[in-house]
Amino acid sequence: MAKLPKPEELSKIDYTPPKTSWMDTPVVFKEGMFCHGSKPKSLELVGFPNPRDWRPADADWKLPENWKQILLEGIAERLEKYRSFRLFMDICVRCGACADKCHFFIGTGDPKNMPVLRAELIRSVYRKEFTLAGKIFGKMAGARELTIDVLKEWWYYFFQCTECRRCSVFCPYGIDQAEITIIGRELLNLLGLNIEWIAGPVSNCYMKGNHLGLEPHTIVGNLEYMLDDIETVTGKRIKPTFNRKGAEILFVTPSGDLFADPGTYTCMGYLMLFEELGLDYTWSTYASEGGNFGFFTSNEMAKRLNSKIYAEAKRLGVKWILGGECGHMWRVLSQYMDTWNGPADFLEVPKSPITGTVFENAKSMKMVHVAEFTADLIKNNKLKLDPKRNDHLKVTWHDSCNVARGMGMLEEPRYVLKNVVNNFVEMPEDTIREKTFCCGSGTGLNASEDMDLRMKGGFPRANAVKFVHEHYGVNMLANVCAIDRATLPPLMDYWVPGVKVAGLHELVANALVMTGEKERTTDLRGEPLPGIEQKEEKA
Amino acid sequence: MIHGNMNLNHYLIEKKSTILKKWFDAVVETYPHETSTFLRKQKAQFTNPVGYTLSEGIEHLFDALLQGMIPDTVSRFLDSIIRIRAIQEFSPSEAVSFIFQLKKVVRLELGKEILGQQGIAEELAVFESAVDDLALFSFDLFMKCREKIYELKANEAKNMTFRLLQQARLIVDNQD
Ligand code: SF4
Ligand code: SF4
Repeated sequence: MAKLPKPEELSKIDYTPPKTSWMDTPVVFKEGMFCHGSKPKSLELVGFPNPRDWRPADADWKLPENWKQILLEGIAERLEKYRSFRLFMDICVRCGACADKCHFFIGTGDPKNMPVLRAELIRSVYRKEFTLAGKIFGKMAGARELTIDVLKEWWYYFFQCTECRRCSVFCPYGIDQAEITIIGRELLNLLGLNIEWIAGPVSNCYMKGNHLGLEPHTIVGNLEYMLDDIETVTGKRIKPTFNRKGAEILFVTPSGDLFADPGTYTCMGYLMLFEELGLDYTWSTYASEGGNFGFFTSNEMAKRLNSKIYAEAKRLGVKWILGGECGHMWRVLSQYMDTWNGPADFLEVPKSPITGTVFENAKSMKMVHVAEFTADLIKNNKLKLDPKRNDHLKVTWHDSCNVARGMGMLEEPRYVLKNVVNNFVEMPEDTIREKTFCCGSGTGLNASEDMDLRMKGGFPRANAVKFVHEHYGVNMLANVCAIDRATLPPLMDYWVPGVKVAGLHELVANALVMTGEKERTTDLRGEPLPGIEQKEEKA
Repeated sequence: MIHGNMNLNHYLIEKKSTILKKWFDAVVETYPHETSTFLRKQKAQFTNPVGYTLSEGIEHLFDALLQGMIPDTVSRFLDSIIRIRAIQEFSPSEAVSFIFQLKKVVRLELGKEILGQQGIAEELAVFESAVDDLALFSFDLFMKCREKIYELKANEAKNMTFRLLQQARLIVDNQD
């Protein structure tokens, strides 16, 4: 740490930044704002271009000599392939409606995090190389040369966008910056400019079926520990099956649920719910990842990683697939899986064996989100619930970008939540539902080395939580996303200490009255249930 | 306007809204132009949390200075501002520079005439030293926030390896 200047010295320093146009303000890589570069091994394993040791903060990125040509050809190809991309490059009128809607802009105060400017990073090059006006008028027409500095700027800012789509809600033309970032990252990928936090999980997933690289025995082992914990809490020993052929349902969840708290409590929730229902289902140790970090590198990679889900469903001969709580997993599955890996005509339209409800919305994809599944159970009165067991919690709901804004799943999780807890408080209107604020760590930005970025990007979300914490005593932030469960705890720890994070099915399982269970004295975290402490004291 | 024998506090209360406005301006001008324009929309508590926190915070800090530094108010509002600055700016001096801006604003607002009045200079010295105290306190808060960031990084790594260590039987349950 540098020597602290004296107060008198400080008052003399002028911090007003120079007023230069954004094009003339070169990017400065600030510590804490970016992730480590990808390792050569991670790229090699999946056949990604330009595997080498490189560091983002270094001047030399060790690019192939013809890097510019590769990029320009890459842009041309994508302009051809994706009509939306060409449209987004052309139609922005720079009205500014999106400018202040991005959590990264709000939190960092960096103008290049305004969605309109983030798009302009690439659009300026598009103008220069692909439009007549840009070729003739250059800078006057908002066009600029693709240089190494421009490339670095792309990298820095496309990895400061979580593809959350909040900005698109406010754009009169529906321009979706998420799509631009997706393509921006694809282009960077052509030069091997990935981050390890994405590239590592991608290669793990490719080799082992899940981001963490857990092997079958580890998956089973981890679940065994959870089963022990469930037995301690409920007195019941659950025996789930793995890779069982002929099961009715294949269950696929993000591997984060198998691995780190508080995701593991959510996972215990699934296990308990399915046991109570007597569901004919199986886990797979091969299709052991619902999430898809490939989606943050290229469309093609996402497709490759996703193919195992249908393949495993086919191998096991199940009728349909049930998916765990996840955000981006769900966007990928519902918007792409059918086109990429379908048609899944060997599967049946999902039908709840408990209620008989046919999930028409999943007619083609054949996969149902567990929140929809459980909402249907409750609606049909199939669960015995004791929400009092969650009375020690005051819960608020975080709409995860991908499921809420991306897919419109707004009511189902709320319906479930209201049935399993007695104390539920919404956050302020501008920060929930389709206007929800991102956790700030999505799209593979949940590494540790970019913690500063994450804290800034998550600030608008945290600020709304702080409000309900201070005014209504909220102490639990619930959600249906594995990345949220991993990233919101540190966010809360920094901005709103005292608020914990839980998946929806952890709270469901706390409330779920199971046949033959012993009297519960603790919740799934081993914390005493409300009323229990007093009872014990009296005894 | 003729001022009788008013003391510094009276002047500061009288000029409070101008002082706060200028102080706020001085703070947001440390951001790039496009950003400072946005931050000035201070009423939007949830869609402009940085602008809101800054403007709410400096008002409470100013009141606290006038009323003799109420510890709870000071720590609460200073914390909410520094918590933001500590991740937005990476040097402690940048993060707390806004505190010192207040001295400048106050001197400019009071003007030569008032500053020349009897007794005001002494009172101003006391006031300014209270501002310096705020700044010192801010340095501490800044360091705490930075330490917190390091702690979060470390905890994340720990949490992620917990189940694997448990697997490897390196962590033994209490009951065992
Ligand atoms: S709201 Fe749409 S049209 Fe307006 S500046 Fe943003 S992207 Fe362009
Ligand atoms: S998609 Fe989200 S993160 Fe990306 S620019 Fe838009 S609001 Fe920001």
